[in-house]
Formats: sequence, structure tokens, C-alpha cells
Amino acid sequence: MASDPVVDLAPSAPILGIETSCDETAAAVVSGARTVMSSVVSSQIDLHARYGGVVPEIAGRAHLELLVPVIAEAMLEARIESRDVAAIGATYGPGLIGSLLIGVSAAKALALAWGVPFVAVNHLEAHLHAALIEEPDLPMPLVVLLVSGGHTMLIRMDGPGSYEVLGATLDDAAGEAFDKVARFLGLGYPGGPAIDALAMAGDPTAVSFPRAMLDQGWDFSFSGLKTSVINHVRRHPEIDTADVAASFQAAVCDVLVAKARRAAREIGAEGLGLAGGVAANSQLREAVLDACVADGLRAFLPSRAMCTDNAAMVAAAAYHRLRSDGPSPADTGAVPGLRLC
Amino acid sequence: MLILGIETATYAAGCAIGGHEGVLAAAHTTKGRRHAESLVPSIEFICAQAQIDLGEISVVAVDLGPGLFTGLRVGIATAKSLAHALAVPMIGVASLDLLAFPVRYTSRLIAAAIDARRGELYFAFYRQVPGGIQRLGEHRLGTPEDLASELVASGEEVLLVGDGAHRYHEVFDGLTKVELADLAVAHPSASSLVQLAHARALREQFQPGDTLQPIYLRKPDAEINWATREQR
Ligand SMILES: [Zn+2]
Repeated sequence: MASDPVVDLAPSAPILGIETSCDETAAAVVSGARTVMSSVVSSQIDLHARYGGVVPEIAGRAHLELLVPVIAEAMLEARIESRDVAAIGATYGPGLIGSLLIGVSAAKALALAWGVPFVAVNHLEAHLHAALIEEPDLPMPLVVLLVSGGHTMLIRMDGPGSYEVLGATLDDAAGEAFDKVARFLGLGYPGGPAIDALAMAGDPTAVSFPRAMLDQGWDFSFSGLKTSVINHVRRHPEIDTADVAASFQAAVCDVLVAKARRAAREIGAEGLGLAGGVAANSQLREAVLDACVADGLRAFLPSRAMCTDNAAMVAAAAYHRLRSDGPSPADTGAVPGLRLC
Repeated sequence: MLILGIETATYAAGCAIGGHEGVLAAAHTTKGRRHAESLVPSIEFICAQAQIDLGEISVVAVDLGPGLFTGLRVGIATAKSLAHALAVPMIGVASLDLLAFPVRYTSRLIAAAIDARRGELYFAFYRQVPGGIQRLGEHRLGTPEDLASELVASGEEVLLVGDGAHRYHEVFDGLTKVELADLAVAHPSASSLVQLAHARALREQFQPGDTLQPIYLRKPDAEINWATREQR
């Protein structure tokens, strides 16, 4: 696995990362995949909130307007000039096609003008690198739960570039379930933070929602849980919304953490970690920490800013990809349905 | 002064480089619809053919539409990024202007129409003026039938140009005073973009990249649905 690098990069080489796969316009400068010199994220949440979810056309329009100013700000904050940039990485999938194309086009244009390599980055791989930025010496193999609005995956990680998907959701992503339940409860968008906050005041044992496929296989299913939350509230309209939020959240966390623990045991992992937007959920973080203490595993929980979409993780992934695979071709396009491996 | 022009408003795409001496190199394709994949390699190609280093470019010009949203975003994101990286100003030109410009040697009324999908066209009217063209009124969005009835109402001899006119040619075929310009000029061209931008550059009509916006003419569906819901 540890072969000679294709491209030899100085360990301090500043890499510009660009992220536009969904509704965050982000740019960051990371030196040598470790030191975050700047990380600018311009969220479009306000633009999409009234529609209850991300509207692709609105996202595309906003990225086009925001991206160059966000890049300029990231360079300014990092106090670097264009001649200092060693390479440019941009997310090319998975994500919304109209949004991905803007980041890829911008990155290729900048790389052309500055005469530096362009690196196409897999957004899922970037999420896995978020943890490594903060804890570069994590022991391998690791089991990582990658949970966001678009993905729910249980991954075995043996090092940068070496992954195996153990399981994934069969229907809704975890974050999607949060959004749908939040919308049903009238908590607004995005649903994750709203349920997280409300659940603090609720009783997680108030309602025993189903834990689908808790002991079987590695895959997840959340659509049944969402339906049973809706049915329960319809049958008991007087129920405290905080109790519903807490009980729903507990069911999601139980399933996620139980499978991750079982996976860690089975493959003899050294550690267990979280990645993706839902990894910012406070109960999930607590549950992972408790599980790691109980099972003698090392826990790694990226900071909340590193969990949600950002470009520092893209720059870090670009550093490793450039070393292992070299620059990406100039005719790279966006791949909306890109898989991790 | 060297101008790089980028044009991606329809399913065709192109780029060109030129200045005082006219267009020095250009690449156009009307097949493939792989704008994001082909644009940067095309720019590298024309620079190599014209033996120009990108650093010599002093203006980046771009087609602002109206046109296909995805294509426009690729072209405009590329153009804005290049202008930013090279620290040069930009010039934005409308797609319909680019259609009318090469067919301007006529005393007829010129109607330019780009396919807007969903049974609609982006269109505008032009007339030749010394040294170029003049647009009569705004860019508009309407059905082929809307355009046809305006052509008839004008009572004039009309030269109709653009991929939108070809797609709905059966609507225009029966109109006696209307001639449809051929497919070779049915897409906005990057060469015309460089020529038009050069004229504007001489008058120093530059735009900072961060103020440059596509001409959409159509709201996102979600916004339209939201507006109709609010009205009820
Ligand atoms: Zn993500």
C-alpha cells in the first residue's frame, strides 16, 4: 500500500480546495493535508429554507455568484498569493450536477491559469479525510460512519485511498430522515440541528420507535422509522414534540452505533469514528464516545465545522490523491453518482 | 490587446482568441454537450495554435446567455475564474447578440431565437447599424407561436436565425416574408464574441468579474411554484 508517491509534494505545499457539491460554497487552503490555513464556507441555507430542502437550480445560481469571492477570501485569510498555490482540488462527485460543474470548471480554469495541477476529489473520500486533518496519526483500520443528508455508509478505512463500504442505507439517508421528521413536526429546515436542539428537552425513552435491522447485516433502513414517527404522532396528537424528537433521535443513534460497534469488533478495528453532517449531532457523538470507552476503541470525532461540508477536507484529500495518482486530466467532468470505491 | 472569448450558451460550445488582428484561433463544436469536459482542453488548444501564453490575455469575454443554464454556468464559472486568476477585466455579451452579429449584412429585420426547452424560445430583434447591430427592445422568453405572430405583425421582411428557429421551423415555414438562416449560423459563435468584445474593449466597457451575471430570463421552478402558492 505504501508505494512511492507519483507526485512529490513538499509537506508544507499549500493546496487550494473547492467544494460545491450541494448547498455550501466553500474554499480552503490547507498546507500538506494537515494545517488548515483558511476554510471559508458560505452557506445557502437561508436561500433553500422556505422550500424545505435544497433546490438544485437555486444552488447552482448561488454557487456561480459566490464561488470566486469565496476563493479570494480563502486565499486572503491564508495570506498566500497565487504563486504559492501548489495544486487545486475540487469535488467532482457525488452531488448535484449543476453545482459540481461550477466547482470543477473554476478549479480547472485556475489550475490552467496558474500552471498548477488540478485534482478531482471524491466528496465521500473528502469526508473521511476530515478526521485525518485533525488527527493525522489515527491507528488503522478504522470503522467510519459517514452520515449526512445524502449518505449513510459504514466504511472500513485502512489508510488514505484504501476503503471498503461495509453497508449503506437501503432507502433514506440518516440526514434525510432528520429533515423529513423535522418537517413533519414543523421544526423547519435543516432538520438535524432543530431535532438535536429540541431533543435536549425531551425523554428519549418516551416512545420506543423501531430499530430496523439492528442485528442483521451492515445495511440501514430509515424510512420505516420515519413512517412510525408520523403514525405515532397522528395517533397521539397530544404528545410532547420534544419527547418525539428525543425518541426518534435515540432510535437513529442506536442503529448507527450498534452496527458500527459490531463492525469494529468483527474486523478488529483500532478506532471508530464519524464523518458527514449528521456527525455534528450531539447525541450521536456522545453515543460513539460511550461505545468506544466500553469497547476499548479509539474514538475520533471531527470538529463540527469539519463534519459539515467544507473545502479543507477537499484540499486534504487532494493532497493524498495527487501523491498517489498524480493530476487529473483537463477533460474531467462532474460525476453526480460517483461512489466511494 | 488580446481577448479570450468563451461561449457555452447552447448545446454548442466554443472558445476563440483574438484582438486587433481579428480572430487568431477558434474552436467550435456543435455536438457532444460536454461543455465542462471540453472547454479547458479547447482553450489550451487555441492558445497553442495561436502560440499565445494565457498570461498575455488582457480581457476575458463570455456569453451571458440567455441559453441552457448548465452550459452557461460552465462557461461563466470558467471565464470568471480565468479573469480572477489572470487579474484581467471581463466583458459579457448576450447570446442573441452573438447570433445576430454574423448575419448583419442585410436591410431586413433580424430575429434571433435560441431554444429555451419546454416548448419556449429566447428571442430578440435586431437591425443593422453602421459597424454592427442594434437590438430593438429586450431579450424575451415566449413560445414559437408568440414569436411567429410578432414576425407577422411587424409586416417586414425578416431574417430568422438560431437553433430555436430550426427546432420549431414548422411554425415559421409558412410565413412568406420570413427566411430562416441556415444551420451553420444557428449557434452563437466564440469568434463573434471576440469581435464584439473587442469593439467594447476599445471603448473600455469592461465589467468586474464579480458583477457579471448570467441572463436567465426564467426563474427556478421552485420559486415559480412558491409564488403561485403564495398568491392563492
Ligand atoms: Zn457532504
